[in-house]
Amino acid sequence: MTASRAAITGTIGARLQRWLFRVGGPEAGPITLGQRRIFVLPTGFGLALALTLLVMLLASINYNLSLGFALTFLIGGIAWVSIHHAFRNLVDLTVSPGRSEAVFCGEAARFGVQLHNPGLRPRLGLQLWPRGGSSDETAFDIAPQAGTVHFVAIPTHRRGWLQLPRLHLETRHPLGLIRAWSLFQPDQRCLVYPAPAADAPPLHHAGDAQPGSAAQGRGRDDFAGLRHHQASDSPRHVAWKTVARGGPWRTKEFDGGGSQRLWLDWQQLPPGTGTEARLSGLARWVVDADAAGIEYGLRLPGLELPPATGGAHRHACLAALALFEQPTGHAQPAS
Amino acid sequence: MPSLRRDQVGWLLAGSALTLAPHASHLPPAISALCALLLVWRGFINQRGSRLPHRGLLVVLAAGVVGAVLLEFHQFFGKEPGIALLAGLLSLKLLETDSLRDARAAVLLSFFMQLGQFLYQQNMAIAALALLGTFASIGTLLALQGRAEAFAPRAAAAARLLLQALPLMLVLFLLFPRVQGPLWGLPADAYSAVSGLSDDMRPGDIARVSESAAIAFRAAFEGDPPPPAERYWRGPVLTRFDGRSWRPGPSRRQDQPFYRSSGIARPYTLTLEPHNQHWLLAMDFPGPADGLVYGDDFRLLSREPVRNRLRLELVAHPATPVGLAEDPRTLREALALPPGFNPRTRALGEQLRAAAGRADDIPALAIRHFRDSRLAYTLAPAPLSRNDVDSFLFDTKQGFCEHFAAAFVVTMRAAGVPARVVTGYQGGEINPVDGTLVVRQSDAHAWAEVWLEARGWLRVDPTAASAPRRIDGGLAAALPDMARLPLLARSDLPWLRALRDRVDAVNNSWNQWVLGYNPARQQALVASLGFGDTGWQSLTALMAGSCAVVMGGLTLWALRRMRPGDAIDRSWSRVCRRLAAAGHPRHAWEGPLDYAGRLAREAPEAAPELALIAADYARLRYGPTPADTALLQRFHHSSRKFRPR
Repeated sequence: MTASRAAITGTIGARLQRWLFRVGGPEAGPITLGQRRIFVLPTGFGLALALTLLVMLLASINYNLSLGFALTFLIGGIAWVSIHHAFRNLVDLTVSPGRSEAVFCGEAARFGVQLHNPGLRPRLGLQLWPRGGSSDETAFDIAPQAGTVHFVAIPTHRRGWLQLPRLHLETRHPLGLIRAWSLFQPDQRCLVYPAPAADAPPLHHAGDAQPGSAAQGRGRDDFAGLRHHQASDSPRHVAWKTVARGGPWRTKEFDGGGSQRLWLDWQQLPPGTGTEARLSGLARWVVDADAAGIEYGLRLPGLELPPATGGAHRHACLAALALFEQPTGHAQPAS
Repeated sequence: MPSLRRDQVGWLLAGSALTLAPHASHLPPAISALCALLLVWRGFINQRGSRLPHRGLLVVLAAGVVGAVLLEFHQFFGKEPGIALLAGLLSLKLLETDSLRDARAAVLLSFFMQLGQFLYQQNMAIAALALLGTFASIGTLLALQGRAEAFAPRAAAAARLLLQALPLMLVLFLLFPRVQGPLWGLPADAYSAVSGLSDDMRPGDIARVSESAAIAFRAAFEGDPPPPAERYWRGPVLTRFDGRSWRPGPSRRQDQPFYRSSGIARPYTLTLEPHNQHWLLAMDFPGPADGLVYGDDFRLLSREPVRNRLRLELVAHPATPVGLAEDPRTLREALALPPGFNPRTRALGEQLRAAAGRADDIPALAIRHFRDSRLAYTLAPAPLSRNDVDSFLFDTKQGFCEHFAAAFVVTMRAAGVPARVVTGYQGGEINPVDGTLVVRQSDAHAWAEVWLEARGWLRVDPTAASAPRRIDGGLAAALPDMARLPLLARSDLPWLRALRDRVDAVNNSWNQWVLGYNPARQQALVASLGFGDTGWQSLTALMAGSCAVVMGGLTLWALRRMRPGDAIDRSWSRVCRRLAAAGHPRHAWEGPLDYAGRLAREAPEAAPELALIAADYARLRYGPTPADTALLQRFHHSSRKFRPR
């Protein structure tokens, strides 16, 4: 009963917010904060000042203080002007999506949001926080005709794509009497990998279970020569002797045997394990295998990634796990 | 709790000091000293970066402030103890202020304290100080909200806010519907600060009043100002004498004068300083005017005590005969003498009566006697005995105008001529800067009136007999020693007088246009703007309209885009709009060259033109910065002419 009522009020609240603050779905491309998207209300301090001014006005009337009227109206005028200052501090800013690195579920996703100030005045005392966040964020400024990337941290609870929630950009510049804010939701996603399981079966055991897998391409068994070093190469295969002699960075190449090449297979996990637990276990193996510098491939129902090494491969594997059986999963990396 | 930065505390202290400084003029010295001490202490803490005092110490100090107020005023209610308490609390608040919230509360309190200062003084210096205090408070709020910044940019930002608020303030000041206060009862001490005549007189009272150079009122005559001998401004008329003090008798009032005005008319504008009394100090004798009350002692009165500066348009008829058909009861009162006082003066009166053939001659005889007695006119007469009139006339022979007037009236009554004392002001000085007649407290005067059959009440100024220069040249001319006079009433410092005249003229405009801006002036202003119906509804509408105009201007200012080279973008987006209207919208990710390239395939008829425009745009936007002006002109021209089909 209460739950359904909460759901109803939630829906109504959301509709009200959508109508009031003109927030639709996520918006692609740069968002310009036009005057219709900026909202202005007094802060608590602003209300306290209004009350003070009211008392001052009554005192001026009562004692016929001409200068009292002047003072009250001057301060009131300043408060009113500060509304325009606050508004001007936000108007015409543009917001565009920035980078966001994939994270494991449970870590905070960090969305980079680019704010650009096309005007000739600095924008001062801005605060940006996601929906449901708090206004305790430290304020930042944007110089004239410059941009800044502000990172918004969102806690993650599910694997898959995480849509950047609606953001709240606020300023209380210049006097703290007025808060002007704007709500927007740049179309920006962050990939959330499944959290690597802490209690997954050990990797080598899994690898030993498949001793005779077919070898393709370069492996790690027999030394076959040196090639130019690439950043993604495992540090284990760097020709450290050459480096120590002051020579160029080289990577040792091996002709593939079979025992160090792993297939990380959905089926290897104990039967009866649920889908999410399996994905978590596989994520753990991917992370461990990558850390160990082992060449590994991934086999999921309906998907097979051939064995390889390196950061891109790791990401491809983890992305496949993250998006496994996701309804809207399309495997386009966010970063 | 985040602690405050040094610059924030600096601004806060400056604002508080500017707010509290003018209060020193009326606060008890102990409280002023305490406030100053607390401010200096907080400044010291801020400078050294040391810790704020312990809360227990603050409680002790607060108790000290409360105790000092109680010791000084014996209560907490009323204007003066309230302001003293607030001043102490503001200073104390600063000593415990180390958070944003506390600092903001202190700023609100200091706004209130600035208003409190206006209860005492509203002159231009105070206004300037209040403006400076507001400026510092705005600087404080800016510092509290923003980052640490040097003084100059912060001050510039505060000044900009003040200037931008000025139009709105003016509109509200002029058009906010004014109501004549008070809305509710005022504390008993609300008007204690005013000085001036009172409605009873003892020897020495007028001398005390005339020690002040404060302005009592100003009069601006339409034609030439009247000669000094006509400048008698009537205050309380004192008939009852109990041997020591003089009090007014019973008097009837109506809304028409008790006489028919005749003779020369002198229209003038009287601007009366508040004195918290009913009498209006009109020049003898005011003609009919609306909304005022006339007493049968020929005073002009207001219905309410004059608690604000009051502006009246009046006409004086100095030659009007008054009191031709006087009430016998009034005449009886004007003959009464308390038994057992001043026997020698009574004897003098009877002697004069016997010497004069007719009652009409008695006053002139008395004046001659006064002149022959060689009475000295002085601000500091020798002490008088119980029979002070006798003592003045026959022993000490030194007195101020109230002694002369009282002695003359007692003599007249003893001689059987109805007489009474009139207090008020005599003389005044023309300010050469703006031509107004300025009458100060030092022009306070007492004279006499006698009633003669068929001639009515006649003014007799016995002071004039002994010190004729008092009437023509004011107090400074009549007194032998000027040392006791207020500095501004002295005549031997011409440069000081010139300066004073100038300051007075400016003050007068200030009083008339700023402080004296009341419902009547507001209506006159609105009527002069061409709005006939000046009810509060139309006033509110006018105010709302004007505010809307000002706010619209502010909105335009806020929306004004300030981008260099904006014109280039505008031209390009116009080209894109036209193409979109023709069915070929630019995709969000397409640069100008890509767009032109795509359209070359999709819409070849517009392509060559567009290719040129896009290339120009790309070069202007992304090329080296000092753009070619010829290129710029070609781009603007071709983009304006571009019409895709």
